[in-house]
Amino acid sequence: MTQMMTQTEAITTGGRGRSARGRSRRGAYHVKLGSWWWALPALVLMAFVIYVTTVAGGFFAFTNWSGVGAFQFTGIQNFVKIFQTPELIGSLWNTLFLAIGFLIFTNVFGLLFALALNRGLKTRYLLRTLVFMPVVVSPIAVSYIWKFIFDYNGPLNQILVAVGLQKQNWLASPTLAIWCVLIVMVWQNIGFIMVTYLAGLATVPVEMEEAAAIDGAGPWRRFRSVVLPLIQPSVAIATTLTLIQGLRVFDQVVALTNGGPAGATQTLALEVYQQAFTYQQFGFGAALALVLFVLILIFSLAQQWATRDRSEKGA
Amino acid sequence: MFRYTKKTLVIEIVTILGTAILLLPFWILLMGSLKTLPAILATPAVAPPTQPTIENFIQLLSPASASSGNIWTGLASSAVITAGSIILLIVLGSLAAYAISRSTSRWSRRAYYLFLVAIVLPTQLGTLPLYIGARNLGLVGNPWGMILIYTGMLLPLSVFLYANFFRNLGPEYEEAAVIDGANRYQVFWRIVFPLMSPATGTVAILAGLIVWNDFFTALIFLNGTPYQTLPVVMYSYVGSLVSQWNLIFSVVIISMIPILAFYAFAQKKFIQGYAGGLKG
Repeated sequence: MTQMMTQTEAITTGGRGRSARGRSRRGAYHVKLGSWWWALPALVLMAFVIYVTTVAGGFFAFTNWSGVGAFQFTGIQNFVKIFQTPELIGSLWNTLFLAIGFLIFTNVFGLLFALALNRGLKTRYLLRTLVFMPVVVSPIAVSYIWKFIFDYNGPLNQILVAVGLQKQNWLASPTLAIWCVLIVMVWQNIGFIMVTYLAGLATVPVEMEEAAAIDGAGPWRRFRSVVLPLIQPSVAIATTLTLIQGLRVFDQVVALTNGGPAGATQTLALEVYQQAFTYQQFGFGAALALVLFVLILIFSLAQQWATRDRSEKGA
Repeated sequence: MFRYTKKTLVIEIVTILGTAILLLPFWILLMGSLKTLPAILATPAVAPPTQPTIENFIQLLSPASASSGNIWTGLASSAVITAGSIILLIVLGSLAAYAISRSTSRWSRRAYYLFLVAIVLPTQLGTLPLYIGARNLGLVGNPWGMILIYTGMLLPLSVFLYANFFRNLGPEYEEAAVIDGANRYQVFWRIVFPLMSPATGTVAILAGLIVWNDFFTALIFLNGTPYQTLPVVMYSYVGSLVSQWNLIFSVVIISMIPILAFYAFAQKKFIQGYAGGLKG
């Protein structure tokens, strides 16, 4: 192990030390393609837009900056305030509720459609295209269609009346509104998760399922013991992606309820936006963003871990 | 082999019904946009209009109406910002990924890790300082600033997709061209650039969708400026209409038409891009 490391080191440093001569000697079968500085414009732009700003955001989270003028260091005061404000704790719970609900329902429906449209059905290509269609349109546009569906005089209440039930005030109800947001999020992303699972299902050999069928395994048993273990990588990817996407929910909430009624659908991303841009409390907004950042980072690292697990299994 | 049995037929019918229910909101949207406001409120949402009218679209888009200016400029700035970001992402992303995947230097590997980590890094925290920085540089409220910002945000995705592609491509064609006397610029422009078109398609579709549909960044950077993109225009326009569903439906349809037209032409590429591209 140590030997190998020193060897590679020797090769790389040797190559770098007498680069021109070393390269030209190997030139017959190793030609130089491209130049290192071709990566520079992308690297600089990305470093500024992503790394510098993220570090700066982490810094401002510990200040009371309003966005203009001078500011003071306030230590962890912002975070103390976050966890002492019931509304903010509420928006934290709302965010987690939406993220976990989004994960569960999107994956269940996405997987069901993927299993149905994997093979066999004559209309499967057309249906895949149609199920995927909501994914490509903007969340804000989609939310306005659903806002009508949930309207007090809208189609959903028309159906309820038709079957003899009471009309509901969907978006104005503190208990129902968050479910409405969740439905819109799930509806738009079923197709996305479906294609993730279809990619996984394509790797499951038909012969294996047939062998299990011949051995007497029913559909559920075949799914549980043959298919599910084989699509484990897709499950890891799909669940993590939905969880992260759910934690960042913003567009649907703004379009459907704007956080209301009485903060019942307030989420962290919306809170960050309002604190920083409506109330001009940049430092406090940054502290909220840092909380969201840490939450997302934890789940992203879980995804990295899950995908690494896959490559080890594959090797 | 699988045989098409009665059970398959049942599954097929159930799935078709499920898809139909899933697509019902699109149907409601289309029918509603062709009705007058009283008809929307009086008739069932799924019923086709008895007297279809395109009056709503005319009212929105005709030069005489107050809204049409915003919608047209919204379309234009969405198109400019999306196209500009796609072009920059293709040029900068492919050059960077190429340099990284063909170079053996350890710096190239470190640079690649920087891009990979940036994919995972949540953007929320950086958005506020980015706004302040861009405001100080005069990049807020103009399309060029937005193009730079979107490009910076999506470069990790672009570099990741291109680097994967170059790794699978292998350097043989390029080496052959060098042996035939091409310099490295000619190699990239004449050999690599045409060969990488599948990856370019994926980058263009994924980045194009993200930028075209983006609301959060566009709201922060462009709200209230003359260069608002379509989602922001739609947001402020719908906010000004109180339950005028006929007009809301029409503006929603107008915002969807460009992207759905693209989807109709290249649905396979869209689906492949999502199935393979977003795993990073």
